[in-house]
Amino acid sequence: MTLDDILASLFGDAHDVALDGDSLSGRGTLPQGGVVHVLGFAHRAELGVDQAIALAGRVLDIARTDDGLPILFLIDSSSQRMSRRDELMGLSEYLAHLAKALLFAEQAGHRSVGLLYGGSAAGAFIASALACGVLVALPGAHPEVMDLPSMSRVTKLPLAVLQEKAKTTPVFAPGMENLVLAGAIAEVWDPARPLSGQLEALLAQPTAGDPRGALGKARGGRTKALDIAERVVALATAHG
Amino acid sequence: MNAASATPHARLSWFEAGARERLAALLDPGSFEEFIGPEKREISPHLKIFDLPAQFDDGIVVGGARIDGAPVLVAAQEGRFMGGAFGEVHGAKLTGLLRAAKALKRDVVIAFDTGGVRLQEANAGELAISEIIRALVEARTAGVRVVGLIGGRAGCYGGGGLISGCCSTLVVSEQGRISVSGPEVIETNKGVEEFDSRDRALVWRTMGGKHRYLIGGADIFVDDNAAAFRDAAIVALGRPAGFDRKRLAAEQARLERRLTRFGADRDGRDVWRELGLTQADAVPELSTDAFLHQAADHRETADDAR
Repeated sequence: MTLDDILASLFGDAHDVALDGDSLSGRGTLPQGGVVHVLGFAHRAELGVDQAIALAGRVLDIARTDDGLPILFLIDSSSQRMSRRDELMGLSEYLAHLAKALLFAEQAGHRSVGLLYGGSAAGAFIASALACGVLVALPGAHPEVMDLPSMSRVTKLPLAVLQEKAKTTPVFAPGMENLVLAGAIAEVWDPARPLSGQLEALLAQPTAGDPRGALGKARGGRTKALDIAERVVALATAHG
Repeated sequence: MNAASATPHARLSWFEAGARERLAALLDPGSFEEFIGPEKREISPHLKIFDLPAQFDDGIVVGGARIDGAPVLVAAQEGRFMGGAFGEVHGAKLTGLLRAAKALKRDVVIAFDTGGVRLQEANAGELAISEIIRALVEARTAGVRVVGLIGGRAGCYGGGGLISGCCSTLVVSEQGRISVSGPEVIETNKGVEEFDSRDRALVWRTMGGKHRYLIGGADIFVDDNAAAFRDAAIVALGRPAGFDRKRLAAEQARLERRLTRFGADRDGRDVWRELGLTQADAVPELSTDAFLHQAADHRETADDAR
């Protein structure tokens, strides 16, 4: 689905979401009357220091209001911007700040729903999509930690070997299905039905804790993470 | 009290040491209890797919201990195993530790030494970083301090850099590097004209400990010495805790100001001149004392804005 299709399927004409460069912002009204803030990226945007601080500022502006309106974060991004300038300025702080802003907004009563409709990768994926309270995706979304050719260069494993193993090993290979199995993506939405109803249904569900470890275990994509984390909590508690 | 200065660890290089040596030097003697230690053999279930050897602690040591008498939860990454990278088990240990910190209202010290996500289990590692960030922020919201120590061989890269950016206080040595994309990754993707990863001086000027300390990317600068890291951790654990609206607004202003002041600069030296350092070109060669003296009146700080 294109960005215009997505906005129409969510809000009809009842929105003022605008694109400024590669950044999205505005508000929309759902059929049942619920209003949501909309933020996000389009056109496979790279997330550098300038984009991250502008977006974090918008998130904090929303967090400052006490209307409790949810944030819908639409994502079609690339990776973090890989440049000398971004690292000189301290990109790690800017991406961390964006993630913290989203988590803080959630604590302040503004639930966040990430909707992945295109790409996202590496540090940009962590700071935006994965920092939302819940992440959903549309068919055709293509998240990845790193593409296989780059992974081949970094790990010194031959590309052919990675391509072969990617067919049977969801834990490392790029792609939406693998991130569903790992528990990163809660739901894949059906583009044949109005997205508005699917968002309203999601917002009607209560939230509690971080469900991704349990999802990854139930789906078989991450069999150890939940148990290890729970054992550490139990041991630390017993240690006193 | 400063027990460390009287111990054999006083001259231990943090950079050269392994995770367990670092903890021995950092913590009060005899106070450490490990959670899911190597005897449990909780290894990565994924490395064998690539015919790679596993390690019984999956490259991270977590547990409970005391520092200068105060109870803390601690984690130390082993940069010599898979570059200290976050895999499923490795990451889950830190997630669990931070969730326990929230429940127990216990401060946390993390000795980072990591290249980021372990690519052989990339999806599990990426997700672990995100779960850690969420658990860390929730612990801080509950009033817990999370102190990061950075001065290891592997630096603090990728998702590790993002986690460090969520800590309440960062301690760094000259050897500590904090960055998202590593030099090789930038060079591979954008070309040697953008970043020559073999130019080590450029690497230190762009992401090294002195630069990070000068721009407010780290809070306490120490010698590459385990006793110095311990002393700094004690100071960091005495700082005010907190994570709230005011602090995030202050961080927003701080990071905006950095781009306004330095955003047009091309090199670390330009930034240091802009800061008003009289010996900007000599920063990489300055001794710790001379550097701290130079930095004192000129550096940007992140107090109450991290």
